[in-house]
Amino acid sequence: MIALLTRDLRLALRAGGGFGLGLAFFLIMAVLVPLGVGPQPSTLSLIAPGILWVGALLACLLSLDRIFALDFEDGSLDLLATAPVPLEAVVTIKALAHWLTTSLPLVLISPVLGLLLFLPAEAYLWLILSLLLGTPALSVIGTFGAALTVGLKRGGLLLSLLVLPLYIPTLIFGAEVVSRGAMGLSIGTPLALLAGITAGSVAILPFASALVLRINLR
Amino acid sequence: MASVWEYANPLKFMRTTDWLLPAVVVAAVVVTAIGLIWGFFFTPDDFRQGSTVKIIFLHVPAAMMAINAWVMMLVASLIWLIRRHHVSALAAKAAAPVGLVMTLIGLITGAVWGQPMWGTWWAWDPRLTSFLILFLFYLGYIALWSSIEDPDTGADLTAVLCLVGSVFAVLSRYAAIFWNQGLHQGASLSVAPGTRMDWAYKAPLYVSMTGFGLIFLALVLAGTRTEIRARRMKALVARERMA
Repeated sequence: MIALLTRDLRLALRAGGGFGLGLAFFLIMAVLVPLGVGPQPSTLSLIAPGILWVGALLACLLSLDRIFALDFEDGSLDLLATAPVPLEAVVTIKALAHWLTTSLPLVLISPVLGLLLFLPAEAYLWLILSLLLGTPALSVIGTFGAALTVGLKRGGLLLSLLVLPLYIPTLIFGAEVVSRGAMGLSIGTPLALLAGITAGSVAILPFASALVLRINLR
Repeated sequence: MASVWEYANPLKFMRTTDWLLPAVVVAAVVVTAIGLIWGFFFTPDDFRQGSTVKIIFLHVPAAMMAINAWVMMLVASLIWLIRRHHVSALAAKAAAPVGLVMTLIGLITGAVWGQPMWGTWWAWDPRLTSFLILFLFYLGYIALWSSIEDPDTGADLTAVLCLVGSVFAVLSRYAAIFWNQGLHQGASLSVAPGTRMDWAYKAPLYVSMTGFGLIFLALVLAGTRTEIRARRMKALVARERMA
């Protein structure tokens, strides 16, 4: 399993892995929004939590079809499915690799983008914390979507249609944590609910993804 | 011993629906017509809302069926996953577009009513938001069905999507309540004592709800029959090609 993780990480980090794509998208998003809504700090700091969360979510979405597509094309997914490691574990490792290569960089760069969007100073801690807690759910849900659409020819667009509705609860609670943090309100409830969604998705969805992957490989 | 599982046999299903479908269609048209005509022309105007209140006879039944259609798809998907009855998977497939249209009717009639009453076509109210989310779930479900060629794979994948989607749809519903307080009133009908609605409205509303239920049943039966016939056609064509 560790070998699989290092293999996936290496594939993603080397040339052609599309490692920086999500990050670049996140950056462009944070640059485009002020250009669209105007440079007033008051407006920007009001919408910054939502923009950062939506940006992270879309950047995450962008790289989902890479989770299984390449392995499906060259047949290594079939090998993984017949390997002694259970497919559920393979799926979990894939989601973890996606989180490490896509979501974690997003979390790390988000304070810089918060600076661009005049995010209030109190909210930085909650931004990082909520993204750290919420992005594993995004990766796991996304892995489920990628497993659903792995064999399809025009899977990319369908993948976003399927996955985005599933992202809604995570987005609501995540953005709520940051905007409440920015206003200095208590953030306990949304933070706990966000953590609950992540814990639930990580616990249950790998089984659904593995089931779906088996159907697709049959 | 007759059992409901007999209808999982496509032949038996077709034979029964041969006479059942026309009966349901007639009943659906008659009951809905009674409900709507009664509701629109023979109920008093509300003292505050005027005649706009009468859109409830379209809005509430459509909204109810939008949710019930998803629940029916959930049950049918479970039956398919557990017992592998093809009719069940096809019924789930046939129910999705009906549910989609019901959701759309609920949203549009709500907007038409909300414009004079709330002064806005749309509000980010939890109920409205969850209905929009339900609409997206229907779209994704139908899109997944239509993009997979192998029927059994498609049935399996959409069934799992329906299960996972149901969990997240419920989560979204409560997340939306948490996210914003609403304009929309509470449940229109309630079994609790001291209900809010007068029988002058309630009676025609129940009739048109029954009518919408029958419409849904008729459309799902017709859709399932079409799917079964399409499968038979495909099998026939394949057999011809083999010979």
